[in-house]
Amino acid sequence: MNVRVGPWSVRLAPRALLVTALLVVAGFCVTVAALSTGEFTVPVPDILDALFSQGTPVAELIVGKLRAPRVVTGLLVGAAFGISGAIFQSLTRNPLGSPDFIGFTAGASTGGIIAVVSGGSAATIAGGALTGCVVTAVLVYALAYRGGVQGYRLVLVGIGANALLVALNSYLLTRANINDAATAGAWLTGSLSGRGWDHALPVALALLVLLPVCAYVSRPMRMIEMGDDAARAMGIRVEVVRGAALTAGVLLSGVATAGAGPVVFVALAAPQLARRLTRSPGVTMGASALMGAVLLTGADLAAQRLLAPTQLPVGVLTAAIGGTYLVLLLRKDRH
Amino acid sequence: MATPARLSGTGLTLAYDQRIVAAGLDVTIPDESFTVIIGPNACGKSTLLRALARMLKPRTGAVHLDGSVITSLPSKEVARRLGLLPQSSLVPDGITVTDLVARGRYPHQRLMRQWSRADETAVAQAMRATDVTDLANRIVDELSGGQRQRVWLAMALAQETPILLLDEPTTFLDISHQIEVLDLCADLHEEGRTMVAVLHDLNQACRYATHLIVMRDGRIVAEGEPAEIVTPDLVRQVFDLRCEIIPDPQSGTPLIVPEARRRVPA
Repeated sequence: MNVRVGPWSVRLAPRALLVTALLVVAGFCVTVAALSTGEFTVPVPDILDALFSQGTPVAELIVGKLRAPRVVTGLLVGAAFGISGAIFQSLTRNPLGSPDFIGFTAGASTGGIIAVVSGGSAATIAGGALTGCVVTAVLVYALAYRGGVQGYRLVLVGIGANALLVALNSYLLTRANINDAATAGAWLTGSLSGRGWDHALPVALALLVLLPVCAYVSRPMRMIEMGDDAARAMGIRVEVVRGAALTAGVLLSGVATAGAGPVVFVALAAPQLARRLTRSPGVTMGASALMGAVLLTGADLAAQRLLAPTQLPVGVLTAAIGGTYLVLLLRKDRH
Repeated sequence: MATPARLSGTGLTLAYDQRIVAAGLDVTIPDESFTVIIGPNACGKSTLLRALARMLKPRTGAVHLDGSVITSLPSKEVARRLGLLPQSSLVPDGITVTDLVARGRYPHQRLMRQWSRADETAVAQAMRATDVTDLANRIVDELSGGQRQRVWLAMALAQETPILLLDEPTTFLDISHQIEVLDLCADLHEEGRTMVAVLHDLNQACRYATHLIVMRDGRIVAEGEPAEIVTPDLVRQVFDLRCEIIPDPQSGTPLIVPEARRRVPA
């Protein structure tokens, strides 16, 4: 489908458009449901009033102070994980090249735990997670480097780093005092409970800065998936594109982990689901972001309501929902 | 002297990591020629082609395109003048023939102008020239080797470059598809393009090349029109093969007939 307006032109795939639209609708529905339901139900028409200080004080407190920051953090963190997964899977040409498999998320956890143990505030924990993620990424990249980095080597080195870091994280937890260990443990399962605007803000800022970068590199990245030579022959500066994508991907997975802890599976599943649904050849940043957002907020909603009043950590649900759906899709598209 | 050739390399030292493949290599690709680079395995023919296509940065020396050092030109600008079909590329999962060929338009596109009418025409033409129009909506993964190579060629053609470099375009193809791809290259050459290909088969090289570059151990041993340079001596010197050379009954170009070790019983 070709769209041309004056000197502007773009080629669109109807199926990708439809999937994107449906994901936006799904995200909207999940958001409304998350704002409205719970122990205290706020009828849907009252949500807007509550958000803009026109409702009852109770509704304002529950919707504006408790539920809205949680949903917004979920949407943003999910989107960040989705994009970061899409970037790394494309760069490594391997679905296992997700940040949660190649140690980046585990490194972020290490940073986070160290911050918790040293008694840090929410901001320090976020900073620790981001630092841990960046340091791990630099180390993994340097270890995998041999006159350039090949995807499979990055994945192998990353899986090794991941194992090491997971062990290090357990060790740190056993050395911590019991209160710190409990706090860190809760953070480690990945959770959106008790998230305020101060959690959402860093993710929002990171997305604001990095989304344009991601949009810009997504086309050249699709060419690089055909091989470095093929991309270079098309006039793509492969190293520049890869460097920009890598930086954006590391920062996004870092801030996402800082925001909600190392939620597993979103970065792995969202890009795969997005790609299979849109049937798009190659990386799909937009759909991956939306899929990540829907997946994480949907899982969080389910985690709060399924066994209410018992609340599950969202990480448990993302693995269950994402995993099941992915297995179903993989079974279906065996040709 | 006539105007200098559009594509040339001077004083090239080519190396991967520590291994030097060629040193002090000078090469000129005659304009509007069908140049074929040939030589035994590991003689540096693919390395030379990759250097000419700016895939490999020479340790010393430089490749010149239209009078400028190729690496000093904006890379998209180079991609509008010089195309390359690499030895192997990865087919994106589930991509259709049209979508893959359309990717060849990348160097002509900008963020806000991703699919102009010129793009559409170029893709349609490239698909017609390579005879893949009927495959337009097929998934590339599901095509045969010969069909797939025609699709890759169509992608390179859609790039609309006056110079096209091909790295072993016939490898992995059976004989009929090899001839099909080479005939197509000859057609593209006749339309006025400068074609440069690395080939394995000396007889095919002699039949299709207007200019032959023969390499061994990183040096150019001989170059020129096949009929003028290909002799039993050269073949023995380059390939360590004793042979007889007769005129190709179809094209009149040199045909290499290797010496038989045992006479076949009559």
